[in-house]
Amino acid sequence: MLDIIAPFFERLYETTGLNFSPFYDPYDWNRLLRGMWVSVELIIAIIALSLVIGVIGAGAQTSRIRAVRWLVAAYIEIFRNTPPIVQLLFFYFGLGAITPQVDMGGWYEPMIGSFGWAVIAIGIFGGSYNVEIFRSGVEAVPGTTVEAAEALGFTNFQIFVYVTLPLAFRFCLPALTNNIISLAKTSSLAYVIAVPEITYSLSGIWSDSVNVPEMMVLLFVYYIVLVAIIARLMSSLERRLALPGYGQ
Amino acid sequence: MITADNWTPDQPIVALHDVHKSFGENEVLKGIDLEVMKGEVICIIGPSGSGKSTLIRTINGLTPVTRGSVKVEGQEVHDPDLDKLALRRKVGIVFQQYNLFPHKTVLQNVMMAPVLVLRENKDEVRERARSLLAKVQLNGKEEAYPAELSGGQQQRVAIARSLCMRPDVMLFDEVTAALDPETVKEVLVAIKQLAGEGMTCVLVTHEMGFAREISDRVYFTDAGRIVESGPPAQIFETPKDPRTQEFLSKVL
Amino acid sequence: MTDFTLNRLTWRAPLLTAAICVASTVAALAQQTTEDPVSALGTLVIWIPFILKGFWLNFVMSVLAMAFATVTGVLLGFMQISPNAVIRMPAKLVTHLFRNSPWLVILFAIMFLVPFQITLPGGDKILIPDWVKATVGFALPVMANISEILRGAVMSIPSGQWESAESLAFSRRQTLIYIILPQCVRRMIPPWMNWYALLTLMTPMAAILGVNEALGNTQAAMEAAGARPEFLIPFYLFLMTLFFIFIYPLSIYTRRLERRFAAGS
Repeated sequence: MLDIIAPFFERLYETTGLNFSPFYDPYDWNRLLRGMWVSVELIIAIIALSLVIGVIGAGAQTSRIRAVRWLVAAYIEIFRNTPPIVQLLFFYFGLGAITPQVDMGGWYEPMIGSFGWAVIAIGIFGGSYNVEIFRSGVEAVPGTTVEAAEALGFTNFQIFVYVTLPLAFRFCLPALTNNIISLAKTSSLAYVIAVPEITYSLSGIWSDSVNVPEMMVLLFVYYIVLVAIIARLMSSLERRLALPGYGQ
Repeated sequence: MITADNWTPDQPIVALHDVHKSFGENEVLKGIDLEVMKGEVICIIGPSGSGKSTLIRTINGLTPVTRGSVKVEGQEVHDPDLDKLALRRKVGIVFQQYNLFPHKTVLQNVMMAPVLVLRENKDEVRERARSLLAKVQLNGKEEAYPAELSGGQQQRVAIARSLCMRPDVMLFDEVTAALDPETVKEVLVAIKQLAGEGMTCVLVTHEMGFAREISDRVYFTDAGRIVESGPPAQIFETPKDPRTQEFLSKVL
Repeated sequence: MTDFTLNRLTWRAPLLTAAICVASTVAALAQQTTEDPVSALGTLVIWIPFILKGFWLNFVMSVLAMAFATVTGVLLGFMQISPNAVIRMPAKLVTHLFRNSPWLVILFAIMFLVPFQITLPGGDKILIPDWVKATVGFALPVMANISEILRGAVMSIPSGQWESAESLAFSRRQTLIYIILPQCVRRMIPPWMNWYALLTLMTPMAAILGVNEALGNTQAAMEAAGARPEFLIPFYLFLMTLFFIFIYPLSIYTRRLERRFAAGS
């Protein structure tokens, strides 16, 4: 791959001064690929965690125990109304300082690395939005449909799995898509705790090769393509799950 | 006293005694007594807000009662230790708003409860579901989604869905009230056929002609009480109570 | 019913936050060893004025960025609905670019690509402070989103409004100004306020680029006080509380407005 494009970008650099070093220098090329790979891994982990938190939180909000409902409400308000970057630093430095170290055979490493803390912090941040999104989806399921399932002898668990959840998921898909896209973008915050994702990799390249504008272009292109892919995936999911004749 | 253990089919299959129901301050049912024998078709008529729907919903436990007793086949419905599943396979209900599951096809809607709740064999259930759908004139609609059907068609799916649980009693809660006039008839035909086959039916309805034609007994309710009951000919032609007379003079 | 739960939420959530903060400070205090000359909490109290001074800059940046974003966003939104493709297409492109890029990346772009000083035609040189550049960086994503909100609001006005205005001989411009916009403003206020809150919560990112706002000052204070690990939790918690106290009433108010407007329409 690099062999094919390298001559072109080398000539581009020589003739115009536009230095896209990752496209001819194997070392930078690897940094770019690795940055993209870590970024994708990070985003998938963050989204997965935020979805799990969203489902659990939405369930906990319907709890009969008051204290549980308050905790969920407080969680949502705290994480939606404080700066995500401070949350991340609080988790990484504040909590990271008091998590135990693991013996790696001679040296010690923290149990959770910067990647792990980025997933936890941004996942929890994103989860606070997902709780509300899932809750509004569940609320949009007509009570009468649930009642019909009850009249047919479904248990509460069966009603949740076979009726409420599939309908609620469909109802909240548009809002969920927005939040997933916004989380994918927020993943770049992991830069501040040195997770080697795309923003961090490219900043490494531009401080070595002093080609900020070119790398900036790459960064913008990366995120725009990423957002377009996520939007495409979600809308195809939405189409596949669309109910014929419903909601028209 | 009749209990689930000593109940025999010659005793009332549904028996309500002194049933009261309040929503907050508002007392909707003020002491209802009602008995339905196996194979009987009962219609409950009366002005809006007289508690008819609440009454019918207490029979399968969807609305818990405040006081009194509701028995189905001798089993107290509002016993906290009651096996709800056993009750619900005995009593089917069809709602005004059909309440089909919008994310399942017609066939899946009908099959879901027997497969998931009763854990019956899927192939047997499918066969039964198909024949029930054929019975309510919905052949060829098996793979359609509810939102693709007319109101009358959806309501017939709802009837088939309830029947697929092989209930002993069917409840119909104003099942034609939300339908276009031209589709009312197809639903009534399905119910009539069912009644003709000996199914025990309890209906809340505003279709007076239908009530008169189909029922063995008619109950007239007003303000949470049963004002009078009797064979349809008597209720519709020679009502005794002035409230019944007034109501019928308005709707007939 | 929802009113009731929301009101309950309004006072219980901050109460819980306060409780959590107190609990964490107690935890921080418990960690202390007796040899420490000053407790972490005592150090925090000493540095609070310095952190608050930084927070003032967050506030200034958020207000200026919002003002800038509102003006440019509305203009961009109008360009997006222009019948002229030469105006419409670039506006769509700019909106799309800044809506779909991360805040941090936009911030970097402005910081590194805008020169630190500009030369006026007369030969005078003006230095552009970093916080001004950061303000522009924060304004751009908000601008793009306001542009999209405006476009969406205009699109949501029924076409009958346009037709009746046209039949009354209004020009397109007049229709927009006198008929369409007044109907849009109301439904734009809640999302506009949401974006202000989000923008404010993003301003601490300026610390990455050396702007001395609340986060930068917090980190500097911890450094100056001896960089002890037990500072981290109370200092960062204090910072989160600071933003929470400022933003939370705003989001409660926004939610009320949203509910009122939803009920009104």
